[in-house]
Amino acid sequence: MATQQLLSEQLSNIVTIAYFAAMILFIAYLALRSKGVALAASAAAYIGFTIQTFAIGMRWYESYQLLGEHGRAPLTNLYESVVFFAWTILLIYLLLDLKYRQPSVGAFVLPFAFLSMAWAQLRLNAGIDPLVPALQSNWLTYHVITCFLGYAAFAVACGVSIMYLIKSGREEKSASGTSAGGLMAMFPSTRILDDINYKAIMIGFPLLTLGIVTGAAWANYAWGTYWSWDRKETWSLIVWFIYAAFLHARFTRGWVGKKAAWLSIFGFAATIFCYLGVNLLLSGLHSYGG
Amino acid sequence: MSANKRDFTTAIWDFFCSLKLTISLLILLAVTSIIGTVIQQNRSPEQYLEVYSVTTYRVLESLQFFDMYHSWWFLTLLGLFSINLIACSVKRFPRVWKTVREPVLVADDTLYRTFSNLEEHLVNQPLPQVRDRLAAFLGKEFASPVVTVEGEKVHLFAQKGAWARFGVYVTHLSILIIFLGAIMGSLLGYKGYVNILEGSSIDKVVPRGGSEPIPLGFTVRCDSFSVSFYEGTGRPKEYKSMLTVLENGVAVIKDRPVVVNDPLTYKGITFYQSSYQPAGDAVFQFTVKDRQSGQDQNVSARFGQPVKLAGGGSFRVFNAKEDPAFGITAQLELTTAAGERRFAQVAQRAPDLDALRGGEQIFTLVEFKQRYFTGLQVAKDPGVWVVWVGCTMMIIGSLIAFFLSHRRIWITLQPVGGKTGIKMGGTAHRNQPGFELFFDEFKKKFKAEIS
Ligand code: HEM
Repeated sequence: MATQQLLSEQLSNIVTIAYFAAMILFIAYLALRSKGVALAASAAAYIGFTIQTFAIGMRWYESYQLLGEHGRAPLTNLYESVVFFAWTILLIYLLLDLKYRQPSVGAFVLPFAFLSMAWAQLRLNAGIDPLVPALQSNWLTYHVITCFLGYAAFAVACGVSIMYLIKSGREEKSASGTSAGGLMAMFPSTRILDDINYKAIMIGFPLLTLGIVTGAAWANYAWGTYWSWDRKETWSLIVWFIYAAFLHARFTRGWVGKKAAWLSIFGFAATIFCYLGVNLLLSGLHSYGG
Repeated sequence: MSANKRDFTTAIWDFFCSLKLTISLLILLAVTSIIGTVIQQNRSPEQYLEVYSVTTYRVLESLQFFDMYHSWWFLTLLGLFSINLIACSVKRFPRVWKTVREPVLVADDTLYRTFSNLEEHLVNQPLPQVRDRLAAFLGKEFASPVVTVEGEKVHLFAQKGAWARFGVYVTHLSILIIFLGAIMGSLLGYKGYVNILEGSSIDKVVPRGGSEPIPLGFTVRCDSFSVSFYEGTGRPKEYKSMLTVLENGVAVIKDRPVVVNDPLTYKGITFYQSSYQPAGDAVFQFTVKDRQSGQDQNVSARFGQPVKLAGGGSFRVFNAKEDPAFGITAQLELTTAAGERRFAQVAQRAPDLDALRGGEQIFTLVEFKQRYFTGLQVAKDPGVWVVWVGCTMMIIGSLIAFFLSHRRIWITLQPVGGKTGIKMGGTAHRNQPGFELFFDEFKKKFKAEIS
């Protein structure tokens, strides 16, 4: 369709650029160790997030302009979900940043948000279409919001876990045992990284649980079965099992630190598979990544 | 009874209480669950044999990979999981119960030594006065303390959020409750599927995987079924069945529209709009005008069937579809009185279309009737509310487990001459850093209070 771009889409292009700038600046911060650069990076992230919040609201409004009474929350197709995913990643990241103030983490989280936005803007169909009967339900909104907030928390946990593995790997190698220099100098200590990983999963896990429960409630409401071992359902349960294992690993010696970081990375890989792989490689009830 | 036997029992018990088992089971469940998302479940042997060789098929079949979520080994994993959960809780719960119901009111030096938050002061006031002031202070800033006198020492103990310790148990119990609800559903309920022809009714349903129809105890009639599309597109907008529920011939629910995402529930049995299909051939009503005489005749034609026209010749509808803009469109094959073949096109929303053809007869599509079967899923699940209770408990339990903590503060007062020695410490059972922030603030106020 050669229609004119919607305002929300144009705003999303700006958001993509802002996230790209933030990502580059966060990485530059690791190399330059300059407070100013970190500040600029954070500013870009905040500006991008603010514009995106507005853009999502705008798209909601535009759906009513285009479809009249059939307007709906912008959470109903792959494009909208990928954009929303980027927004939730920023939301969780900024919340954790308020608490921990570790700009280096941004260098490992912003890439997820930027790649999502770039993919959505460049490759996905951004048209606003009315909903087919199967998706005409408020449960869709609750389900998508909770799932994606959970996914986003796992994305942050994954970024932090990668940092953990890099940092602890270096520390083991450097014979002196002192904190590694170079790019690693700006990394938080492994103890803090481990803590952020845990906190992020602590936020993500109840949200994923709620996402699975709202999905089950919706399925029961629409089809009369709360659980049918549909591929998407099963994969969300697989993700849930992995993070449940992660949480319990904390209570068992020998399963913290590196193993926990690996578990977090596996968990996020499974999350991405649940979100995209299931739709692209397998087939099931869900018509898009929701 | 030998010591060996007891050792063996203890070993088994420890095995089932171990968190290593929990982690292994969670990971095993995650990994094995993948199988059922890669291999199509519950297909017919013919369908499998199209994909797999006979040998592969036999192997997969014997491993129950074609219905793996109900296989003996998967259910065994879930059983072990439940036993693990129960054993762990049985082992730990009494200790937690005791911590909450019989709190340690008196902190000794060993306990104080475990606190990272320890505070010691000597104040120039007699003990009873310090005791009263601190009791009031604790009550205002934290929680009312329990005062214990032990010789010349006086101990204050205050706690908050003790019940937060139960969050984990609520979460774990919720899993067992969800299992219970699922078992209730599969033993006492059923799932099925019915096709109801417009205008007809059903009073039984054949459950999935069963052969004997189950009586509903009432009758469901489908008065009509319709599909609508968003204007100008082929995108479906609504599938709607109008249903009437009758009991002993009396309509108890009348003309209830049932659409996707808005089912009908009656006496614990729910009917969900699920699919539809045309029943028999469509019937078309035409007006055929003779161009010369100007006379009209009304004819009805079944899809595909030739129909004779008054004045010679015949026609047949050989193609029809629903067009977003023109409504129903149909293509006709005509045979004139002279035996020549012609083709014509009519459209519901363009009545003048065929006049443009310039033929001897002008066809106008007046009405189109297609009867449908509506396909409804039927479900009875008396366990579903148990599942929702479990889910609610799980959410609430994990929020408590993650975000609330049991916080305790102990104060010990000891007379030192005419002065009073004060020792104070506190802990939280989780989120220690968060507690430390609170405790630092608390200590500042505390110092202001005693100085
Ligand atoms: C075989 C199954 C399971 C066993 C034996 C088990 C056992 C335990 C134990 C012993 C603890 C530590 C409690 C403590 O001392 O504070 C715990 C914590 C916890 N469990 Fe489980 N658990 C199981 C399954 C699950 C599952 C499937 C969930 C998913 C909702 C879950 C959620 C939790 C949560 C949220 C915590 C608190 C974690 C934390 O504080 O970080 N458990 N579990």
